Amino acid sequence: MRVIILGCGRVGSTLAKMMADEDHDVTVIDQTSDAFRRLGSKFRGTRLVGPGTDLDVLRRAGIESADVFVAVTQGDNTNIMATQIAKEVFNIPKVLTRIYDPIRADAYQQRGIDTICTTTIAAGLMHDIALGRPAGNVPEAPPAAAAYQPADGVPKG
Amino acid sequence: MYCIVVGGGNVGYYLTKDLVSAGHEVLLLEKDRGRVARLAEELGEVAMQGDGCEVRMMEEAGFSRADVIVAVTGDDEDNLVICQMAKQKFDVSRTIARVNSPTNEAIFSKLGIDTTVSSTRIIFNLIEQEIQTDEVIPLAALRGGNLEIVAIELSPKSRVLNHAIGDVILPSEAHIISIIREGKGMLPGAETRLMAGDSVLTLVGTEQESALRDIFAEMG
Repeated sequence: MRVIILGCGRVGSTLAKMMADEDHDVTVIDQTSDAFRRLGSKFRGTRLVGPGTDLDVLRRAGIESADVFVAVTQGDNTNIMATQIAKEVFNIPKVLTRIYDPIRADAYQQRGIDTICTTTIAAGLMHDIALGRPAGNVPEAPPAAAAYQPADGVPKG
Repeated sequence: MYCIVVGGGNVGYYLTKDLVSAGHEVLLLEKDRGRVARLAEELGEVAMQGDGCEVRMMEEAGFSRADVIVAVTGDDEDNLVICQMAKQKFDVSRTIARVNSPTNEAIFSKLGIDTTVSSTRIIFNLIEQEIQTDEVIPLAALRGGNLEIVAIELSPKSRVLNHAIGDVILPSEAHIISIIREGKGMLPGAETRLMAGDSVLTLVGTEQESALRDIFAEMG
């Protein structure tokens, strides 16, 4: 599977290494080449420096033939714009993003983008563990987090 | 009209001042506290500190009763999200976004933003036009980029001089809106005769601009 990952932070680099180890064709985009240090020297995918909402950069990353596009930069709005470009301009079949702000996560989930709101997921888990309940429920969370199912949310090869 | 301007840089500042002096109710939202303090010295309560991408802030600013939202921050990503959230959460009928990267104009339009303004593209077009001719000056590109408003400066040698407007055969996608003569704008009729020095404001399909130029050109 051809995978493009935007943002080479902790989540992006971990995901990139996981998928490259499973023999997927992975391209990672980040604004700074420093970020690629997190990938280590054994990473077999492609590294590309540039802004992830720039059409030329995305084309160079091979977005026209990508199966999956994942946006995990630190900026919610960058993730939102990049995933919308992937979905609406390049018609990528599977587009997902991490959004910190629960309200924005919910809003863009409604617009058909798979969003993972780590804020509500982490808070929900901590809430359960703190109260000694079985972890994994996300009580009173917005639909974006409540609807999140690992089996569907993480693409398999 | 209640206008909310998001982004207190130079564009946001001058736009807010103009809107206030035109008698509109205006709120200027800016993230940076230091900048808001400076803006407030001149604009008073019109300037408000807050992140225009946060729904809580949008509620406080009164997005739900706003007639128009103008997003003019330096980040295209932020401008997109501000306008989309304004429409989706608050049903704002009109959203205008500043676009820094000209390629984003088409993307924004596809993603439902009503109007985009790209100063980069306007200046680029002016330079390109300058090289081609000094007679047709693009003033504004309309949504989608396939229509624009141009000003045609009539030279004393123009082939349509002294012609009545009704007799000038224009391209199919061209319409004369107004004539600026000696500094005054007028709404011309079919009988109005064209004079040297007239600035003819015309709405034209982008692809017919060169045909339009030929019609008003100097006699060969």
